[in-house]
Amino acid sequence: MIAVAAFYILSAIAIASAFMVVVARNPVHSVLFLILTFFTSAGLFVLLGAEFLAMLLIVVYVGAVAVLFLFVVMMLDIDFAELKAGFFTYLPFGGLIALILFGQFVMVGGAWIEKSVSAEAIAAPTPAAAAVTNAEAIGRILYTDYIFLFQSAGIILFIAMVGAIALTLRHRDGIRRQNVTAQVGRTRAGGVEMTDPKPGEGVVL
Amino acid sequence: MAINQTMTAELFFQQVPYILPEITLAAGALIIMLIGAFMGDKGARLVTWLCVATMLAAGAMAVLHMPPEQVVVFSGSYAADGFSAYAKLIIALTASSALLLSIDFLAEKKLDKPEFPVLALLATLGMFIMVSAHDLIALYVGVEMQSLALYVLAAYARDDAKSSEAGLKYFVLGALSSGLLLYGCSLVYGFTGSVNFDVIAAQVAGERSIGVVFGLVFILCGLAFKMSAAPFHMWTPDVYEGSPTVSTAFFASAPKVAASVLFARVCFEAFGPLQKDWLGIVIIMAVLSMAIGALFALQQTNVKRLLAYSSIANMGYALVAIACGPEFGPKALLVFVSIYAITSVGLFGVVLSLRNAEGERVETISALSGLSRSNPLLASALTMLLFSVMGIPPLAGFFGKWEVILATSASGLLPMAIVLILASVVSAFYYLRIIKTVWFDEPRIAMVPVGASTTLTLTGATFVLAALTLVIGLVGSAASIAGAGFH
Repeated sequence: MIAVAAFYILSAIAIASAFMVVVARNPVHSVLFLILTFFTSAGLFVLLGAEFLAMLLIVVYVGAVAVLFLFVVMMLDIDFAELKAGFFTYLPFGGLIALILFGQFVMVGGAWIEKSVSAEAIAAPTPAAAAVTNAEAIGRILYTDYIFLFQSAGIILFIAMVGAIALTLRHRDGIRRQNVTAQVGRTRAGGVEMTDPKPGEGVVL
Repeated sequence: MAINQTMTAELFFQQVPYILPEITLAAGALIIMLIGAFMGDKGARLVTWLCVATMLAAGAMAVLHMPPEQVVVFSGSYAADGFSAYAKLIIALTASSALLLSIDFLAEKKLDKPEFPVLALLATLGMFIMVSAHDLIALYVGVEMQSLALYVLAAYARDDAKSSEAGLKYFVLGALSSGLLLYGCSLVYGFTGSVNFDVIAAQVAGERSIGVVFGLVFILCGLAFKMSAAPFHMWTPDVYEGSPTVSTAFFASAPKVAASVLFARVCFEAFGPLQKDWLGIVIIMAVLSMAIGALFALQQTNVKRLLAYSSIANMGYALVAIACGPEFGPKALLVFVSIYAITSVGLFGVVLSLRNAEGERVETISALSGLSRSNPLLASALTMLLFSVMGIPPLAGFFGKWEVILATSASGLLPMAIVLILASVVSAFYYLRIIKTVWFDEPRIAMVPVGASTTLTLTGATFVLAALTLVIGLVGSAASIAGAGFH
């Protein structure tokens, strides 16, 4: 009963917030709604028994991707009037694509209800699904059978990191860095100069 | 070892010795990167030497640990056999000599940072995984590891617009080809139900579905991109020209060996039963590569662009060897690509040594005029390397082509041999033009002496080529042992 209620509440929030991602005028609000969508989708995954996907969604999408989006959006210099200007120009084309997408969903859903998708395909085989949680199952395969490939993929990420740094990091000269020792060691004699300017003459700095 | 054996700790440690070369490279790269990070830019020279040593150690390990029969480990994703061991040795030799060439060049251009040799080392690791790949995931992981490092090497001179352009072009086209490769892999997986080469071969031997052939075509196209075979060669001249010359020297040697060996492995091991289907594709690619490589090189004035077209033509010859099938192809392929890769490093060693009186590096062919008077040693080395790549007996390059022609006649593909000879004759024209410029044209500029490590590598490459001429029988027998696993 709780599961059913949770499903409907989470779905409703997910759909509503996904809608708000698109229509919110302020991009920062869009990203915040996106995070809400991810969270509720993660909840739906838990209800489906796919807790590993739920964790991934929160760790990867909310933790990294969405926060990154938020930073990027906040750094943009956004002209809101300009943002709204193109809305009606793109509405027909965007609407057409939305219609096609909707049609596809209807067709897939129809096939599912009609049972023309085979029963085996629906009951996707995961080995010993009953025995282990799926985080365990994926972990077992990843760290045993595919350890070689898993480690190799790690090396690829390392290459990407080294490469990005090699191509972009610049040690520039002439940057003023904070020198705490110099700041603390500063005396009154070195930092303050007493002058006695006559009226109307000013000081020479 | 069976594919679907569940991995246990015991099994894991049984399998580890087979991937020792890869572990050496990976651990070496991580440790050397740390050394580089602590020493900063002044450690670049030391880091380069350490990387060279690691590569050579890994290459030696691959040969010393070579199992007598093919052993497939890590759930069927990694194959240790003679074919891969031989290829790894050649990759280690050519990659390390290309890296040695880089020391003086990078120091002069103020690019001597520890990242360059470490990325080259990681690219070598990718190549090692490529030549040992025994399933589609390992294939993709290897290709991507190698390519990612090479993109960065292409753009390494980041303040130079041409280098950045080369890096970007290489990256975009490389990403496209990776997409093709992945699409092909997913089709093959979908239609055969496995990514393992053995299982795929068993499946396609049973029934030949059109979906698998589609996947095969996409995989071969993606791999042809990586080995710069026509009609997927477009990026090669621009990337070769724009990249720093040391990166180009690296691109033109070891990755070609890795890509062609992987191409052969996919054709022979995974799709052996579909030989009728891939033979046509390979033949068309081979003929196009030879024709485009020979004809387009005729009008090049830049030495690096010329060598790019030369490498396209040479990949065409390598494809001829692959077309000869699993029985005659592997030996011819290994002999040919190893001699080509060594010659290629030597040629780039010469290009790196060319400077005018002001000490600036020159890349145009006309600037080579009178080299014989200003630097007779360099001119002789260049002439010998060019004669070798042309295929003039008794130099090593002749034996490379000779092996390929022998294989074509043995496998009944004699028309391919005729195309190969015609392409060689046409390409002899532009090689001879360089030799003429070097020896008989009036000198326009004075050449200055070259750096120590460049001379070392250059002398090494020339010496190895000369030695190969004497021991060519040895290379041939090593390669035939290495290539024997396929029939």
